[in-house]
Amino acid sequence: MTPLHLCLLLSAALFTLGLIAALTRSNSILVLLGVELMLNAANLNFIAFWRYGPSPAPATGMIFVLFAIAIAAAEAAVGLALVIAIYRHQKNIRLQEANRLKG
Amino acid sequence: MISLVIIAALTLASAAFALTRRNLIHAALLLIFTWAGIAAFYLWAGAEFVAFAQILIYVGAVSMIVLFAVLLTKRTLADAPIEPSSHRRAFLAVIAGGAIFGLLAFAITQTHFVPPPDRAPVVEVRQLGFQLMGSHAASLLVAGVILTVTLLGATIIAANDHNREDPS
Repeated sequence: MTPLHLCLLLSAALFTLGLIAALTRSNSILVLLGVELMLNAANLNFIAFWRYGPSPAPATGMIFVLFAIAIAAAEAAVGLALVIAIYRHQKNIRLQEANRLKG
Repeated sequence: MISLVIIAALTLASAAFALTRRNLIHAALLLIFTWAGIAAFYLWAGAEFVAFAQILIYVGAVSMIVLFAVLLTKRTLADAPIEPSSHRRAFLAVIAGGAIFGLLAFAITQTHFVPPPDRAPVVEVRQLGFQLMGSHAASLLVAGVILTVTLLGATIIAANDHNREDPS
């Protein structure tokens, strides 16, 4: 069991937690947080392979993670704006009731 | 190695606690610990710049957005009633998640990776900046455009007041 294996197992466990949260909860904010957790788990993999892999270019993994963090921040902002819009429309944020596309 | 195990245990424990809370505020506050744990992992791996970016963006910004969204959409103290079908759904989701984790763990433990280089790769911030502005300049511009469009779009979506008769 090398440290790389441990890093990958940590990332897999975090991904699974995020997936279970996104599948079970009906509160849309918690679903969004689960998706964020899955994105973070993917970033952990990039850093683990950057640290322990035979890297041809020295900083590729870090640059990949930086861009992924930027996109994740954008996704969080848009997602929570959508949550607020849904709340204003139907007065709660339960995903089961957000089943109409009509504004 | 020991520190990695400690970081992993703290991160996973706080994530598991956070995602099982009924109270949204508690969940958001516990997830801050998870994100800080991930930043600690980045520090442990030697990626200092990414760790500080993680702290600034997740621990600082995303958690604040989440807390504001929780406060803006809060109606009553007991907001999330558990409906009868949710136990079955939770059971199925845990089964699916466990299967996926088992598959991933099996694949990871069965894989033989090439031994890592003797010393950790050292990337200075200066070098990182040159790479970002040099060979990845186009991606950096695209990321900037995406962030700008996202800010505008999020503001428009959240500020739209449903005046369909008067769309101005």
